[in-house]
Amino acid sequence: MFIVKHRAFFLWLTGFFLVAAVASIAVFGLKPSLEFTGGSLVEVEYTSERPHVSVLQDVLGAAGFTDASVRESGENAISIRTHTLTPEEHESLLSALTLSVVSPDASTTPFTESRFNSIGPSLGSELAIKALYAIGAVMLTIMLYIAFVFRKVSRPVPSWGYGLIVVVMLAIDIIVPAGFFAAYAHFTGAQADPLFVVALLALLGYCVNDVIVIFDRVRENLQKNKDLNRKEEFEMTIGRSIDETMGRSINTSVTVALALIAIIFFGAEVTRNFAIVMLVGVVVGTFSSIARSAPLLIPIAHRFAKK
Amino acid sequence: MRFIPALGILIIAGLLSWFVLSTNGVDNRFRVKLGLDLAGGTELIYTADTSNLVTDKPGALNSLREVVEKRVNLFGVAEPLVQLEKSSAVAGDVQDRLIVELPGVTDVKAAVDALGKTPVLEFKLVSGQTDTGAATFQATSLTGRYLKDAQLQFGKGQGSAPAGQPVVVLNFNDEGAKLFEEITRKNVGRQLAIFLDGEVISSPVIQEAIPGGTATITGTFTPTEGRDLVRNLNFGALPVPIELSGSNSVGPTLGAVAFQAGLVASLIGFGIVALFMILWYRVPGLVATVALFIYVLVTVALIKFIPITLTASGIAGFILSIGMAVDANVLIFERMKEELRAGKTPHDAAKIGFSRAWPAIRDGHFTMILSSTILFWMGTSLVQGFALVFGFGVIVSLLSAVTITQTFLNTILPNENRGAWKFLLSSGLHTK
Repeated sequence: MFIVKHRAFFLWLTGFFLVAAVASIAVFGLKPSLEFTGGSLVEVEYTSERPHVSVLQDVLGAAGFTDASVRESGENAISIRTHTLTPEEHESLLSALTLSVVSPDASTTPFTESRFNSIGPSLGSELAIKALYAIGAVMLTIMLYIAFVFRKVSRPVPSWGYGLIVVVMLAIDIIVPAGFFAAYAHFTGAQADPLFVVALLALLGYCVNDVIVIFDRVRENLQKNKDLNRKEEFEMTIGRSIDETMGRSINTSVTVALALIAIIFFGAEVTRNFAIVMLVGVVVGTFSSIARSAPLLIPIAHRFAKK
Repeated sequence: MRFIPALGILIIAGLLSWFVLSTNGVDNRFRVKLGLDLAGGTELIYTADTSNLVTDKPGALNSLREVVEKRVNLFGVAEPLVQLEKSSAVAGDVQDRLIVELPGVTDVKAAVDALGKTPVLEFKLVSGQTDTGAATFQATSLTGRYLKDAQLQFGKGQGSAPAGQPVVVLNFNDEGAKLFEEITRKNVGRQLAIFLDGEVISSPVIQEAIPGGTATITGTFTPTEGRDLVRNLNFGALPVPIELSGSNSVGPTLGAVAFQAGLVASLIGFGIVALFMILWYRVPGLVATVALFIYVLVTVALIKFIPITLTASGIAGFILSIGMAVDANVLIFERMKEELRAGKTPHDAAKIGFSRAWPAIRDGHFTMILSSTILFWMGTSLVQGFALVFGFGVIVSLLSAVTITQTFLNTILPNENRGAWKFLLSSGLHTK
């Protein structure tokens, strides 16, 4: 009952998170990765100590790669982002890097190239458009699906009301981790890559599952009240449903969080940012479904009760 | 007799483990296929310029794929993959793409050079002369895309070719043969020039209509030149010009490190989820862990059997699905606890708990399947790798939650809740 009683507080808290997230996106921005904008990424792993970033920046500038941005990555690797390189430009970039290091043994190269991604601008913009469509399509299908499975529950909230709330919540559920990522990326140099979009989409799936469990309980309790001819305030029904499902909501998010922590600490480098975004999203999403979904139903119910 | 279904599941699990463990040999066809990001290699994305194609675009693109495949094989790569792809219609003009995956190759430039040279073979009729005496040409519809193959032969001293003179024999496919016959029939007496990459290499006079789809080029080339020409024609003449629009290459060490990390994370992820479930839910938690283990076996077997190419993002999807797969069990156990508290026998509690939890399990899994379908449709290999593994994982988890956990609980739960069972069936920090 605690959450229903203090629902105004939880709504304000939500508002606060939302404003903070939007502000973070507005201030830091979500920098799209080269998969979306087009461009090239070269990653080289040095066998001996890597040169200083500013040295490499100068070397590349002198070789004509004035737009190159050099960053340290991993323990002894360097990643370089530039415009989309042709295979020839790629070769000359590598030879510029080779010449920049005075190798103690001329027969060995000072580094090995561990990654080279190059994406033309048209491929990039296509992916960006697809990503936006995918997020929209997922939200819409989820809303329709919820409205469909709750079609028999029309009192006191019409079934599309459940669908609508779920979509509003889902929007919050992905805006908050996106805001977190904007701040995180600002300090670590991470970029919003396709896996970031995947994380948001997977979160949509996860959070909706969470909300469904609670709404399913509301649905069941409403039915029970009707069968037993019991009068109960809608607030009470919702409060009871939340209490009854809280154990499950928390335990499931604990298991998912444990799996994600395994990815963050032991998994591959490429999936680390993905797991961090997911982890924030799962925590927010669980909070969101416990603390917001049902309380949001109450005002809607009141509105419809008046009619 | 109620242990028979559980025994059946255990036997199936045993067979699955045998399948998963015994099919890891290098030559085994059920060995897990690793994506380029884990195995190391290069992916090249070409855009095909189909603006000049008027008829039979799919045919031309297919023969493009075949020609590139031949070149890739010539390049000497194990298990290459060449496939056609259309760009998404949502992003404006639909482009045709050719994706080439070269496992183990990290020299992008060498690969691009070997594949990307686009010798274009054309046949043009000499239509006249300019004022300076240079020939002018009139294009015909006959091009390299109708070429079946080319062979190098040596003249036997008959006809136009002197003995020992290299002769390149072109064999057209059925369509090409028809075109060639038609062109030669209509233009007897005219010169038909053969162009390679926009250069005339030979322009013989048409003596008579040539049926059968075979043409010979008797240029003045050395045997070496003749051999190169044949090779270029066989492996080189692209029916459609292509342009490199993207490439991804991952070194073998980076890939191996990522794969190793993915494996370790999977094991640890499974381990801590299992530990949590057993500590919190006790006997049902143990049952859920066994079910989760079988879930992992089934998913891995599916990945091997279908086969699904495993990428770093696919492994992340797999680990995530381990965390989510227990959700159905958690739902059932929480419901079971409520029924136990209401005084039901453990056996009935499991039964009722399951049927109460089912609508939520069904709806939740269904929306996750929906989202992974949409993710798969979104497209790039990175995203698809995740969506495929995650989607299959969700489907398998739905089945395992329904069948495995329920069967085991049915088998081991007692009819009365007393003694040690009271502790074993409660959860969390409670002792009874």
